[in-house]
Amino acid sequence: MANAQAALGSKRPAGGAVRRNRFARDFGVNKYLYLMMVPVIAYYVVFHYAPMYGALIAFKNYTPIKGILGSDWVGLENFSDFFHSYYFWRILKNTILISVYTLLFEFPAPILLALLLNEIRSKAFRRAAQTVTYMPYFISLVVVCGIITDFTNSDGVINHLFTLFGYDGQAMLQKPGLFRPIYVLSEIWQHVGWESIIYVAALMNVDQEQYEAARMDGASRLKQMFYITLPGIMPTIAIMLILRMGNLMNVGFEKIILLYNPGTYDTADVISSFVYRKGLLEFGWSYSSAVGLFNSVINLALLITANAVSRRVNNSSLW
Amino acid sequence: MKKEAGLGSRAFDVIVYTIIVCLMAVTLYPLLYVLFASFSDAGQFVAHRGFLWRPVGLSLSAFDSVLRNPGILLGYRNTLFIVVAGVALNLIVTALGAYVLSRKNVLWNNVFMFMIVFTMFFQGGLVPLYLVVKGVGLLDSLWSTIIPFAVSTFNLIIMRTAFQGIPDSLEESAKIDGASHGTILTRIVLPLSMPVIAVMILYYAVDKWNGWFYASVFIRSRELFPLQLVLREILIANATDSMSAGAAAGDRFQLGETIKYATIVVATAPILCVYPFVQRFFVKGVMVGSLKG
Repeated sequence: MANAQAALGSKRPAGGAVRRNRFARDFGVNKYLYLMMVPVIAYYVVFHYAPMYGALIAFKNYTPIKGILGSDWVGLENFSDFFHSYYFWRILKNTILISVYTLLFEFPAPILLALLLNEIRSKAFRRAAQTVTYMPYFISLVVVCGIITDFTNSDGVINHLFTLFGYDGQAMLQKPGLFRPIYVLSEIWQHVGWESIIYVAALMNVDQEQYEAARMDGASRLKQMFYITLPGIMPTIAIMLILRMGNLMNVGFEKIILLYNPGTYDTADVISSFVYRKGLLEFGWSYSSAVGLFNSVINLALLITANAVSRRVNNSSLW
Repeated sequence: MKKEAGLGSRAFDVIVYTIIVCLMAVTLYPLLYVLFASFSDAGQFVAHRGFLWRPVGLSLSAFDSVLRNPGILLGYRNTLFIVVAGVALNLIVTALGAYVLSRKNVLWNNVFMFMIVFTMFFQGGLVPLYLVVKGVGLLDSLWSTIIPFAVSTFNLIIMRTAFQGIPDSLEESAKIDGASHGTILTRIVLPLSMPVIAVMILYYAVDKWNGWFYASVFIRSRELFPLQLVLREILIANATDSMSAGAAAGDRFQLGETIKYATIVVATAPILCVYPFVQRFFVKGVMVGSLKG
């Protein structure tokens, strides 16, 4: 026993010394690099890791006077309050539905656009089409939502269009049933051009000889599109799809809070907008943090799952 | 040898072009509408219903009111400050991080990298971030929209990838000549990475110019509002109410319909005028980023 300890004891300093040497040598060589890294690390510690630590208040009854450490622990009370509240199912449903509708309708749009752009032979026209369709990406969300609000007004342009077909004008953003269509359609308007860039880039790598061969065989251009072009960009589509799946529960609040109102909470309120409202407008610090933490953990789990699926199916993964 | 364009191919072309032209029209029309409305006569515009194909009763009075409005001018000034100071800080910190992380044989780099990438997948949340910003005393200051967003992790990774692509031999010879890391970064690495730097500037600048949410959370004083917050009040958040509330701050802004559109034009024109010229850089940025994914 004593022998064994002596043996261990005699080994430990040696190992420690080697390691210490390695660290010391590294620090000696790279000290200026580490000095350069100080602002970066400081930024991440203060503005990313400190908030993670601050998320502890989800398990506490936080009051600004007592601070994060001093506030009383309440365990999972904030979480169970949330799970049992009337809002839980509503915002969960809205988050998933808005996400799924976006996936179904907005995700394929840029793929379709890239396929169509690929069929345009005039270079000048193609560039014009790209310049125009990228444009909404650079317009601020506030302006986009302002235009949406205006166009969907009871005397707005869209309603005018409907009255031509015999419908009555209505303030569309006040109708809970119309919120999701408005959200998804405007998402397409905003992003279809920008998101097509990555597919256009992938299209450049499709083997041109295949088209030659297909033409010899008399395949129509529609057939070429379906049997050569589309399979050619399938790996890119798969990666983008998996990334989307990982973000399924991650519906951003910025556009939602610019467009919704208490009358449309029933269909519009999602987890992130709820966190914003409860936390920053109604000062339910701890409750809001609990909801946010719940969402973050689910997002992380979804992303890890999606990544694992990607690794198996696609042989490509984020990490 | 002339290519035969069969009837089927012609029909296909017609369909493709029709769809693209329709999409272009749907994309452009709302913007043209805003432009036409901003140049319209207020009275005639309010009376007008439905589509607008040209300004009704050409008038510049809306722009005149907008450019005289102290709130909007202040907003412009604040936004310019946020863009200039913010992008400068973004570039400096991102470049430092990307440079260190692109070096080989740095013992702690793996730890740093993990620490940085992890923040892309897990965040503390809105309220804890607010508490931190409050804790470090940035609340109600323009810096609250700059310092807490000094680095975009995504951009950092793009820049690191670009720096890694620079041949080692250049730096080795500089090192032999006794160049410090600062010299290597500013004299060799940065000049060789200009396309990526351009992309970074553009990404960060658009982000800062269009940002509104964190300003709305962190900034209380009206005279510190960036342009987008002023816009939000005019466009969305029951404009007339907040405008009359702001009247206390000496705001004699009579909200006419056309003024709304003129404000949009004034706030959006700078970016829309610049972007077609830098479009190829943006595309390049998306490509560099996609190589990672």
